[in-house]
Amino acid sequence: MLTILFDGVAYGMLLFLLACGLAVTLGLMNFVNLAHGVFAMGGGYVTALLMNRAGIPFLATLPFAFIVPALVGIVVERLLYRRLYGASPLDQVLLTIGLVLMAIPAFDYFLTDQPQQIHLPAFLQGRFELPGLTIGAYRLFLVVVCGLIAATLQIFLVGTRFGAQLRAAVDDRRVAAGLGIDVGRLFAIAFAIGSGLAGLGGALAADVVGGVDPNFPIKFLVSFLIVVAVGGSRGVAGAFFGALLLGVLDVAGKYYVPSIGAFVIYAVMVTTLLIRPQGLFAKSGT
Amino acid sequence: MSGHEPAEAARVARHLLRRRRWRPLEIVAWTATLALILLIPSRALLINEILILGLFALSLDLALGYAGLVSLGHAAFLGLGAYTAGIMASRGLADPTLGLVVASLVAGLAGLVTAPLVLRGTDLTRLMVTLGVSLMLGELANRNSWLTGGADGLDFTIGRVLGQFPIDFAGRRAAALYSFVVVFALFALARRVTRSSFGQSVQAIRQNRLRAGALGVPANRRLVATYGLAAAYAGAAGALLAQTTQIVSLDIFDFHRSADVLLTLIIGGPGYLYGGLIGAAIFIGLRDALAGATPEYWEFWIGLMLVALVTVGRERIETALKRLARRLRPAPRREAAP
Repeated sequence: MLTILFDGVAYGMLLFLLACGLAVTLGLMNFVNLAHGVFAMGGGYVTALLMNRAGIPFLATLPFAFIVPALVGIVVERLLYRRLYGASPLDQVLLTIGLVLMAIPAFDYFLTDQPQQIHLPAFLQGRFELPGLTIGAYRLFLVVVCGLIAATLQIFLVGTRFGAQLRAAVDDRRVAAGLGIDVGRLFAIAFAIGSGLAGLGGALAADVVGGVDPNFPIKFLVSFLIVVAVGGSRGVAGAFFGALLLGVLDVAGKYYVPSIGAFVIYAVMVTTLLIRPQGLFAKSGT
Repeated sequence: MSGHEPAEAARVARHLLRRRRWRPLEIVAWTATLALILLIPSRALLINEILILGLFALSLDLALGYAGLVSLGHAAFLGLGAYTAGIMASRGLADPTLGLVVASLVAGLAGLVTAPLVLRGTDLTRLMVTLGVSLMLGELANRNSWLTGGADGLDFTIGRVLGQFPIDFAGRRAAALYSFVVVFALFALARRVTRSSFGQSVQAIRQNRLRAGALGVPANRRLVATYGLAAAYAGAAGALLAQTTQIVSLDIFDFHRSADVLLTLIIGGPGYLYGGLIGAAIFIGLRDALAGATPEYWEFWIGLMLVALVTVGRERIETALKRLARRLRPAPRREAAP
């Protein structure tokens, strides 16, 4: 029971890391970014390739899993996404589906469609036995790392000047620009951080989901969208609780009522959207 | 002012009636498609596929192009139609026409039931709700394998159309002809509906909902009806797909299907009914051509096309095409206002 709860929390933390970038672009900036998973996959591949081909240890690859997708994120944002802020959601959907359709065959072509495995170092493999609770070392690692990142991100968004500017720009772009905030640069940085965190999430998730393969962006797209839908359009804290709720529900649902499986989380998503279109954890009011 | 009214009404009525007439180009296009099926039976399978995807995209066009309702889960209705037709055939009700009608009704009903969910909220909510509904249906089909065959899929034998024409693997041309007749009939119906006063009012709602409401158009009811019709069309496409391939599997509810049909419609252009069919011909034709050269990777080019399309701007391309079309044919005669 406690073990399931803990696994659910660990999975939820991972989902948060993967989806928090989307919580900023989709949740805050209202940009329908269906290509978010591509950045997560990119991070997973960076770690897998550095480990398997260059022999770099797991922990040392993680910074690269952040930096590479973040840099790619800046380029893509400046080249493509920037043109479509404020465009209709349909156009944004089309652009980002187009990117996904391009990314999948491209990764497939260069890196084959075989899943790239990530071999965890020995100290992350074991498990601790406590009375009534079994804790996998890697799960514990995930909870600690993701929890730290979530806390940092929240402090960053709420407590720093950058965070205040970002929130201002999201609330009213024109007024923020009028106050001398460089909104374009701000969005690009936010987008890069979101992409980088997704990449880091992809690298950390690779072991849990059995390796990264080119179909990663489609497989996890729905989970990301659910996190943001449940977490609401009020940013990172909402996404955090949304992801935790979803992680626990998903793990517990698959364990206790395997006969309905993933149906639970889809139902949660649709119901949430209908009852509270702004998300379960949003501040009330629109 | 009031003296002009009968003349004005007559002018509007004449205009609407003229739009309803079939243009020569349309007649040529449909005849040519029919001729292709009859003359090149070896391509009948491909044409059949184009017709079915075209019908599916036409269904999305009704929802998106006419009523302005975006969807990322249109495969829900395709899947419902396909499974309805498939389950009926596997339980001994093998008559294709009956299966087609029931499948359309079931999907249409599902459209009417889910329409209130879709009408709530913004485009963003709509995208996610439609996606969620299709995923839920897919998961239901997955878990109720006693009915749907689960992950193994459902295969069955289908009866003859009207008790006469076999549409199984022996009769690929007959299958394409069957699809052609159904698609043409449904297209003609959609053409009639969209050019009726009902169809005009639905477009008015899309363009300016507040103003349409002020003119006395019951916006919600019209949108629900249109969404239901679109769902029934998707159900018919699903039934055709199931009956002519004689297999239904879970991938019919996939996100991929909903995305593909959206791309098909966008490639062809929404809002004038032919977009779906033209898009389907381009989409499947391109896949067929590219898959021969680089199998597995053909989607890359579709993706590139989409990115280019959106980056250049869909409206800009549309106006450029319209300008081109205007230059190619003499300007339509305008009736002088009284």
